[in-house]
Amino acid sequence: MAKIAHAAAATAAKPGVDVGFIFKKALISALVALVLFSLMIGVRTEAGPEGQLIYWTRFGDLAGMVGAVFVGSIVVELLRRWWGPVDTPRLMPEGARKTLSVAGRAVAPILLIFTILVPVIFYDQRYILDLGILVLTYVMLGWGLNIVVGLAGLLDLGYVAFYAVGAYSYALLATNFGLSFWICLPLAGILAAFWGVLLGFPVLRLRGDYLAIVTLAFGEIIRLVIINWQSLTGGPNGISGIPRPTLFGIPLVAGENGLAAKLGIAFSPSQRLVFLFYLILALALLTNWATIRLRRLPIGRAWEALREDEVACRALGINTTTTKLTAFATGAMFGGFAGAFFATRQGFISPESFTFQESALVLAIVVLGGMGSQLGVALAALTLIGGFELFRGLDQFRMLVFGLSMVLLMVWRPRGLIGHRAPTVFLERNQAISSDLVKEGHG
Amino acid sequence: MDYFAQQLINGLVLGSIYGLIAIGYTMVYGIVGMINFAHGDIFMIGGFIALISFLILVSFGLTFVPLILLVVLLVSMAITALYGWTVERIAYRPLRHSFRLAPMLSAIGMSFVLMNYSQVAQGARVKPVPPIITGGYTLHEGADGFVVRLSNVQIVVVITTIVLLAIFTWLVSRTRLGRDMRACEQDQTMASLLGVDVDRTISMTFVIGAALASVAGMMYLLYYGLVDFFMGFVAGIKAFTAAVLGGIGSLPGAMLGGLLIGLIETMWSAYFSVEYKDVAAFSILIVVLIFMPTGLLGRPEVEKV
Amino acid sequence: MSGNGDILRVDGLTMRFGGIIAVNELSFAAERGKITALIGPNGAGKTTVFNCITGFYRPSAGEISLTHPGGESFRLDKLNDFRITKIAKVARTFQNIRLFAGMTALENLMVAQHNKLMLASGLTFLGLIGAPSWRAAEKQAIERATFWLERIGLKDRADDAAGNLPYGDQRRLEIARAMCTDPVLLCLDEPAAGLNARESAALSELLLSIRDDHATSVLLIEHDMSVVMEISDAIVVLDYGVKIAEGTPQQIRDDQRVIAAYLGVEDEEVEAVEQELGL
Repeated sequence: MAKIAHAAAATAAKPGVDVGFIFKKALISALVALVLFSLMIGVRTEAGPEGQLIYWTRFGDLAGMVGAVFVGSIVVELLRRWWGPVDTPRLMPEGARKTLSVAGRAVAPILLIFTILVPVIFYDQRYILDLGILVLTYVMLGWGLNIVVGLAGLLDLGYVAFYAVGAYSYALLATNFGLSFWICLPLAGILAAFWGVLLGFPVLRLRGDYLAIVTLAFGEIIRLVIINWQSLTGGPNGISGIPRPTLFGIPLVAGENGLAAKLGIAFSPSQRLVFLFYLILALALLTNWATIRLRRLPIGRAWEALREDEVACRALGINTTTTKLTAFATGAMFGGFAGAFFATRQGFISPESFTFQESALVLAIVVLGGMGSQLGVALAALTLIGGFELFRGLDQFRMLVFGLSMVLLMVWRPRGLIGHRAPTVFLERNQAISSDLVKEGHG
Repeated sequence: MDYFAQQLINGLVLGSIYGLIAIGYTMVYGIVGMINFAHGDIFMIGGFIALISFLILVSFGLTFVPLILLVVLLVSMAITALYGWTVERIAYRPLRHSFRLAPMLSAIGMSFVLMNYSQVAQGARVKPVPPIITGGYTLHEGADGFVVRLSNVQIVVVITTIVLLAIFTWLVSRTRLGRDMRACEQDQTMASLLGVDVDRTISMTFVIGAALASVAGMMYLLYYGLVDFFMGFVAGIKAFTAAVLGGIGSLPGAMLGGLLIGLIETMWSAYFSVEYKDVAAFSILIVVLIFMPTGLLGRPEVEKV
Repeated sequence: MSGNGDILRVDGLTMRFGGIIAVNELSFAAERGKITALIGPNGAGKTTVFNCITGFYRPSAGEISLTHPGGESFRLDKLNDFRITKIAKVARTFQNIRLFAGMTALENLMVAQHNKLMLASGLTFLGLIGAPSWRAAEKQAIERATFWLERIGLKDRADDAAGNLPYGDQRRLEIARAMCTDPVLLCLDEPAAGLNARESAALSELLLSIRDDHATSVLLIEHDMSVVMEISDAIVVLDYGVKIAEGTPQQIRDDQRVIAAYLGVEDEEVEAVEQELGL
C-alpha cells in the first residue's frame, strides 16, 4: 500500500535516474509498511480450544510483505520516470485520433452483436452463460442507477434497496399468490418506483454527501427490516422455492409440458440459461432504450440541467422536486425489474444479497463508466464483474482486490472510462462535450 | 427508575465511544469536505491492534493492569494513526482537487480494503477477550432487588474520553497545528498563501482522527470484550450520524452527538426492541438531516444565488 | 408614473438577514413595456430585491405584485421559486452567469422551454412512443431556439458547449435562454458586466428590441452608466437598502443627491462619472 502512496505523492521527477532518491523513498515506504503490518500481519490471533485467545507469529509473512513493498516502490518509481507524468494528455496525431474515434463508435455495435451471439457460441458452457447473465444484471443495474447519478446528478448509495424491493415483490407475489413472472415483473417495477418516490420525497432537499448518506441509511433500513420482519420475509433464511420464469406459460423443464418437448427437441439444462440470458439482455436493452429516449425528452434534459445547475433550473420555471422524484422513481423502477429477474433466476433470495457492498459496486460501475455514458457503464460492468470472477479462486482476497482496484481506478481516472458527454440535440454538428465542462451535480 | 438510571450510565459510556469516532468524521469533513468512509474501519483496526498488543503484553508476563492499558493505548494510537496517514496519502491526496464523486468512491474502496485486509490477516471469526478490568461499584440497590452498577470499565472509558478530549481541545484551540487546521477549514487557498502547509495539516487531521478512533476501538474492546472485522461499518455510520446530529464540522457537536446517539440506542434497546436498534439509529440520521441539516451546534449554510 | 400601466409593483419590501436589513421599506413600480433600471452602489441591496422578486428569497415584509397584460395579477411574494417563472412569467439572469456549462447552447435554450415541451410530450409518455404531435412540438421548439441563437449571433456556435463560449456570448445566451421561457417581465442582473464597448452597444440594442418587438418589460440592475442612461425609461436609485431617488434618466442625471450618495465622496470618482454622464 505504502508504495502507491509514495508514487502518488511523488514530486516533480528529476531528469535521469537518481538512485539515492529512489532508494531512500523505497526505504521509507518499507519502514511505513513494517509498522503498519507489524501487528496485523506479523501476529495472528485465533480463539483457542478452550475459548481463550491464542496467538502465533508470522514473521516470514511480515518480512515478505515489507520486502514486496520495498521492491514495489522501486519498480513503481522507475515506471513513473519511464512513463513520465500521467495527468498530461499525450498529443496524438490527427489521423490516429480519427481512427480511434471510428473504432470507438464501432465498439458498441460489436459488443451488442457479440452479446447476442454468446449463447450460440457458448451453448454448452454453463459457466460462461452464468457469468454472462451476472454481467448483464449489473449492466442493467448500472444503467438504472446511471439515470439517478449520471443524468440527474443525485448521489444514491442505497440503490440496492430498490433491487431488494423488486426481488422481494416478485418472490412474495409469486409464492403467496401464484402470480406469474410476467405479471409480477411490471408490478415489481411499479412497487420499486413507488418506494423510490416514498423515500425520495423527504430527502430531496438534501444535497451532495448528505443525500448519499441518507440513501445509504435507507438502504440499510430496508435490509434490516427484511431481516427482522420474519413473518413476511422469512428473515435471514430468506425465501426459497421462487418459481422459475416461463416462456409465456410454457415452463422450461424436462418432460411433456416443457418447452423442449413442445418444440420436439431434446431437453437440456442449458436451455433455461439461454432463456434467462436473453431475458436479462432484453431487460437491459429496454433500460438502455428508455434512457436514450428519455435524454432527448424534456424530462431527460431537465435531469441533466439539474445536474448542471439547480438554481438556474428553478429560474427557468422547472419544478425541481418533481424532476428529481421522476429520476429517483425511474431509476428505482429499473432496479425493481432487475430485482425481479434476480429472484426468478436464483429461485432463492435472502437479505445477504442486498448489502451495502452491492450498492457500492453498482455505484462504482456508474462512476467508473463515466457518469452518464451508456457504453462506459456497460464496459465498466464487464470489467468489474469479470475481474471479480477472475479472483473467484482467491475467495477471501476478492473484496480486498475489489476495494484496491476501486481506489486505483479512481486515482487513475477520476472521470471514468468515458467522460465526455454526447449532446441530446444538434443543429449541424453532433460533437461530444469535454468532461471538464460537464458537472456532476450537487444533490 | 433504577432501570432507567442504569441505562443512562450504559448509554453515556457507549456514547463516549461514538463521540470519539465522530470527531474524526467531523474534523475531516470540516477540512476536506468529504465523508471519510474508511473511518469506521480505522476504528476497527484500532480495536484489533489493541487486542493484539494486549495479548503480547500478557504473554510476556505483565500483570500490572494500568501499565498494560497505557502501553496498549499508546501502541494502538501510534500504529492506527499511521494507518490514517497512509489511507489519506494513497486514496485521498491524489484526488484532492478532483471531481466530488472520485474521493467518495475511493473512500468506499478503502473501507473495503481495510475491512477485508483484517479479515484476511486475522480471520473472519469474532475475537473474544476475557474481561481485563473487573469490579465496580453498586450505586443503588432498589427494593425489588434491581442494582444500579457503575463498573470500573465504564469509569475507565469515560475518564479516558474526558482526558483525551481535554488534550484534543487544547491541541485545536491553543497550538499552531490547531490554528493551521482552522485556517484550512476556512479557506485552503488563502491558508496556503499565508504559509500554512496545507498537505501537512490535512495529513495531521487524519492522523489525529485515526488516533482518537483507535482509542474508541480499544474502549470498545475493553467494554464489550470482542472485536471483529465487520464492526467498523455500523459503528462508523452511527458515529457519522452523531457527527451530523451535533452539527458536522463542530467538535463539541461531535461529542454531544455521540452521547445522544449512545443514549438513544441504549434506551431504544431497553424499552422497545433490540432487533430494531440500528433501524432507530438510521432513522434518527434521516430525520436529523431532513429537519435539522445543520445539526445542534453547526453553522447554517446560506444558499448563494 | 401612471398606476394603470404598471406591470410590477413593489410595496414596502423589507428583507432582513439576521440583524442586517438589506432592503428597507422599498416601494417602486415598473411600467409595462418599459425598461426600468435599478441602480445603486455595491451592497445597496439591488440583487436582494431581484432575489425577492424572483422567489429565491422570501421577503421579511412587503408585497410584490405582478399584473399580466390580460389583467391577471400575481402576488410574487407568495409564490415559490419555479412557479414565478412558470405561472407568473418572470424570467431572470444571474450576476455570475449560470448557464448549463456542459450542455450545448441549443440545449440550454431547449431546457428553457421545459414546461411547454413537458405538456407537448404528454408528460413524457407521448414523447416516449414518439407521437407525431410531440415531434411537431419539438421541431417548433428547435426553431424557436434557432431564432434566438440567430438573434444573438450565435447560430454557428449552437452545437458548442455553453461553457466553451466567450464571456460576452455567454451573457447574451443567458438572456436568450430567459427569453425562451416567454416572460412578461425579464429581470437582468448586471448584463453588461465584463463586456467591452462594442458588446455593450450590441446588448443595448438587444434589450431595446426585447422591449419593442417581444412585448417584454425589462427590469435591469446595471453599473454601466452608459447602458443605463441610453436605454432606461425609468431609473430607481437604491442606497443602503433604501430608495433615494426615482425618475427618468434625465431627472436622475441632475439629482445632486444621487450623485453624492451613489457616487460616493471620492472627488476623482465623482468627476470621472460626471464626465461619463455628461455633466
